[in-house]
Amino acid sequence: MQNLLKNERLFNILVPVISAILGMLAGAIIMVLGNYDPVAGFEALFSGMFGTPKAIGETIRAASPLILSGLAVGFAFKTGLFNIGVEGQLLVGWLASVWVGYAFELPAVLHVTLSILAAAVAGGLWGMIPGYLKAKFKVHEVIVTIMLNYVALYVTADLIKRYLYAGNEKSYRIHESASLSSPFLSQITEGSRLHWGIMIALIAAVIMWFILEKTATGYELKSVGYNQHASMYAGMNVSKNVILSMTISGAFAGMAGAMEGLGTFQNMTVLSSFTGTGFDGIAVALLGANNAFGIILSSLLFGGLNTAAPQMNFDANVPSELIKIIIALIIFFVASGYIIRVIAARFSKEGK
Amino acid sequence: MSILEILALIIPAALYTAAPIIFTALGGVFSERSGVVNIGLEGLMLFGAFTGVITTLTIQDSVGAASPWVAILVAALASGIFSLLHAVASITLRADQTVSGVAINFLAAGLSLFLIKKIYGKGQTDFVDFRINKVDVPGLSDLPVIGDIFFSRIPYTSYIAILAAIVVWYVIYKTPFGLRLRSVGEHPMAADTMGINVTRMRYIGVILSGVFAGIGGAIYALSISGNFTGGTISGQGFLALASMIFGKWHPLGAMGAALFFGFAQSLSITGAQIPFLKDIPSVFLIIAPYVLTILALTGFVGRADAPKAIGIPYVKGKR
Repeated sequence: MQNLLKNERLFNILVPVISAILGMLAGAIIMVLGNYDPVAGFEALFSGMFGTPKAIGETIRAASPLILSGLAVGFAFKTGLFNIGVEGQLLVGWLASVWVGYAFELPAVLHVTLSILAAAVAGGLWGMIPGYLKAKFKVHEVIVTIMLNYVALYVTADLIKRYLYAGNEKSYRIHESASLSSPFLSQITEGSRLHWGIMIALIAAVIMWFILEKTATGYELKSVGYNQHASMYAGMNVSKNVILSMTISGAFAGMAGAMEGLGTFQNMTVLSSFTGTGFDGIAVALLGANNAFGIILSSLLFGGLNTAAPQMNFDANVPSELIKIIIALIIFFVASGYIIRVIAARFSKEGK
Repeated sequence: MSILEILALIIPAALYTAAPIIFTALGGVFSERSGVVNIGLEGLMLFGAFTGVITTLTIQDSVGAASPWVAILVAALASGIFSLLHAVASITLRADQTVSGVAINFLAAGLSLFLIKKIYGKGQTDFVDFRINKVDVPGLSDLPVIGDIFFSRIPYTSYIAILAAIVVWYVIYKTPFGLRLRSVGEHPMAADTMGINVTRMRYIGVILSGVFAGIGGAIYALSISGNFTGGTISGQGFLALASMIFGKWHPLGAMGAALFFGFAQSLSITGAQIPFLKDIPSVFLIIAPYVLTILALTGFVGRADAPKAIGIPYVKGKR
């Protein structure tokens, strides 16, 4: 039994690591098949990820919203729910943060905090809808969240056009007092757009770990996710826990939107298609095994890959879409972890 | 503007936008009826649009006006093969079906744009020379009243889509094959006991979803957009998914829902010309399909129940 448990933990680390390596290998094979130079490609990719202080800054910047959207997906996963609506919750949060950042004039620290809170509340409410519908009407959250993504996309675009429009497909800019950007961080990374959002993302990761592992609420949430009937029998309120879980997940997603609104862009664009950050969050959470620390690591990997893609295109002429292919394949490999487990289990048996 | 003039404006537009969604939704019916969730419809459709456009561009000089029709068949085949990835992952490797579908969407988007850049050296293709055009059906379009509403300025693909829905309904509800397909989606163990090969039926379901979504994507690209860019397919696959659910996993229901969503979309475009719709902000019409789908699921518009065994990998001998 002891051995089995140890193996289980080992597999949980092994599967993502092997998947990431396989994904990279597949990327190299595609480069060869496409008549590109894989050595030059990966060289450009790695230098674009962490070759210069600026590259490191940009990688961390790109990782900040990814961590939060990964936490959103991971938190829901851990409690037995699939929140595919992170994208929509992120957009709603983004808009809320920009609106509070633009419409109010407050002292700096208070203003930033309020703007982030607004994003969390907006995202939380948007996530609460599918939670409520699941708890009350047994509607599968996957479908509702997909539909709400589109509602969020079109409604936020419409609201910006109506109330916050500054021209050129952009909203008004937020006040300096609500901004997360930091000349200091930008300076030490030699001109990257790195902002304080990474601190918020890291704090959020700790919060997720704390809620799930150290509180009774977290225990209940996980228990409901693991077995609804047993939890109900044990006296837990299943409906309440489902709604709560989706709300917390949505709040993380909303804060991911604040990273964009208060950090990277300082405004919101009238979007006609999704940012992709919410969907990348699914990949991040899967690769990070829904574990707060794992999510931070995989966010750095995917954030780095995304930021380095243009450089790979520029230096080695490889179309930047290769990164999307690599990420998709990594998802496939992690999701099909069953096969990796089977093979690994066979090897370990033979070793005995 | 008279009511007939309004109908002659809206209905052809609705039939035009609905055709690709009908096909893709029918694909979804095949997959989900066999018990495999298919969030990947969007990606399968995208792959079909991509194959459809590059095939047309490649053969249009030699084949001429028939090339888009050939391209639709090639797209059906290509997306059918592409969907095997989803089948292998979710049926054989027992991956989470939703996650595998998400990966299909990622992969289709990345791969198609990667190849477009590789082949054409830019982020989008040229426009095709031959499209699937809107036509006035000979004879029928001259009929009084209905000729203008139902048989004018509509591409043939819209009629084929409606016909396909009827054929799919017949196949799923009136043939032994259809019964087997539905049984592995409802109760795979019982089906297995009766000697039905669950794995094989599910593979067929998923591959058919690829074939139909490929056709849907190709029709979209070749009748509506005319070229392929990263943004050609953005949400139509999910709209098809919504149609399938709103239509309660029934081929004719899915068709009806797709027509209704096509209607809502065409209203959001043509609404500006229609007196009493002018004042409704177009955003309401655009989000209508999505909101209605949610309402349908909650039971406000009739209860929609998924096939019982959907999303659960079948493991022989496991209760």
